[in-house]
Amino acid sequence: MSVSVRVPTILRTYTDGQSEVSADGTTLAEVLDSLEASYAGIRARILDDDGKLRRFVNVYVGNDDVRFLDDLATPTPDGTQVSVIPAVAGG
Amino acid sequence: MSTVTQDAIPSDTDTDNATGAELHAEPAKHTPREGAFGNATHLQCRECQHQVTLGPFYACPECFGPLEVAYAFPAVTREEIEAGPRNIWRYKALLPVPDDIETSRNTEPGFTRLLRAHNLGAELGIDHLWVKDDSTNPTNSFKDRVVACALSAAIELDAKVFACPSTGNLANAVAAAGARAGIKTVVFIPSNLEHPKQVNSAIFTDSLVAVNGNYDDVNKLASEIAGEEEGWAFVNVNVRPYYAEGSKTLGYEIAEQLGWRLPDQIVIPVASGSQLTKVHKSFQELIKLGLVEDKPYKVFGAQASGCSPVSVAYKAGTDAIRPVKPDTIAKSLAIGNPADGIYVLDICRETGGAVEDITDDEVRDGIVLLARTEGIFTETAGGTTVGVLKKLVESGQLDTSLETVVINTGHGLKTLDSVSDRVSAAATIEPSYAAFQATGLGA
Ligand SMILES: Cc1ncc(COP(=O)(O)O)c(C=O)c1O
Ligand SMILES: [Zn+2]
Repeated sequence: MSVSVRVPTILRTYTDGQSEVSADGTTLAEVLDSLEASYAGIRARILDDDGKLRRFVNVYVGNDDVRFLDDLATPTPDGTQVSVIPAVAGG
Repeated sequence: MSTVTQDAIPSDTDTDNATGAELHAEPAKHTPREGAFGNATHLQCRECQHQVTLGPFYACPECFGPLEVAYAFPAVTREEIEAGPRNIWRYKALLPVPDDIETSRNTEPGFTRLLRAHNLGAELGIDHLWVKDDSTNPTNSFKDRVVACALSAAIELDAKVFACPSTGNLANAVAAAGARAGIKTVVFIPSNLEHPKQVNSAIFTDSLVAVNGNYDDVNKLASEIAGEEEGWAFVNVNVRPYYAEGSKTLGYEIAEQLGWRLPDQIVIPVASGSQLTKVHKSFQELIKLGLVEDKPYKVFGAQASGCSPVSVAYKAGTDAIRPVKPDTIAKSLAIGNPADGIYVLDICRETGGAVEDITDDEVRDGIVLLARTEGIFTETAGGTTVGVLKKLVESGQLDTSLETVVINTGHGLKTLDSVSDRVSAAATIEPSYAAFQATGLGA
């Protein structure tokens, strides 16, 4: 399954400045593995030492925050847009 | 110059002062002028202490934690502050703004009234109660404070567009501040927002964007735009560290207006949790700078039950804040995924306070209660705060013998619909004395 991943500014050092990259996987966990294979080091920025999503990062599959779905087990159908976005307070 | 370095402020950025070597220097597109950020020295991750140069940066490149402004404060005196203007710039030495900030075209927010609330206090059985009434700011909410600081940063960073995602009040403040500063604004709101808040933005800007979604959707969109558009300063995204510092002025003012003393208890509404976090930071700074006596104080957070992820986590005794889809009339507090929620939990627990939530009916009751006792018409956020204050008294969580401050963050004219069927004319009569007598309202 090929998906498109939107990369936040602070992670673009890993993707040679690209804001949008493609990756493979049927779940978010697999997508992150695939990202790691292409851009070594990027997964450890998104996941903590226990392999969980870091507290201050929000990941969306389509328009939905994966914390409302199945977290890392959230399915990522072909062509989905995955977005990685820092959590920011104030509104 | 004698300085109090960030070392001395144990609030959130508790490591070495910045030195060139260890600072993570981001590629700068624009070099700010000398002193653009006042006594601020760098940005520092609240989670892992990683340091970044002052610039339009907001998330830690190591852990995504929030970057916060760190300072080398000069030795500020009460007299110096008191001699300053009657707005937030009297505290400019403690903010990331240049020394000539008073000469900039800003909205001059702050130094709002701190009213002794005798009647509300009597009603609730609290001996010493004050309302900090921030509804009298230029666009009638506390957001004018944070926006003034964000605007200064945006201008120093050479931004061309001033923008925000907002639950309403922030959009009002950004649009007005941008008009006054002569900088283009684009503000994003959920499309189901209260009509007066929409008008209050659209009157100042021709670029109000209503998004079909809730605040969290709007916030996501803004973050994506911020990552792509050059020269945009989103006040609560890429210039968020500077924005957030503006809320400290609420705490400074309360202390100064109490006669350079911290209150024993304070009740603050919570949406993203930024404001509560910064009021606490301001109290810690005042203590460290020797401007007030060090003493314990309790911080209480207020939410509406229809969007109370922080209160739910507080009551469950966990650190895990589960995001929610908001459903409450308190739309200004309707942030389902509060980024600073975890810090609210820490602060309320550490200080011996609490986080509490109330139903929409109790929010309306809170609005009417404050109006009928103190002549202050608050919006739903203030109704939430006053309602929570009442609930905290009833449950025994708030000590009624201690000096207590409750913050009113916004004006009721912006959320009229929430109470318009609660109150109405007592009678509609012909213009005759007899008709008046018939109402029974006379002596
Ligand atoms: C009137 C009012 N009070 C309180 C808040 C909550 O502020 P914070 O997001 O800093 O918790 C907001 C906005 O978000 C608001 O508009
Ligand atoms: Zn960090």
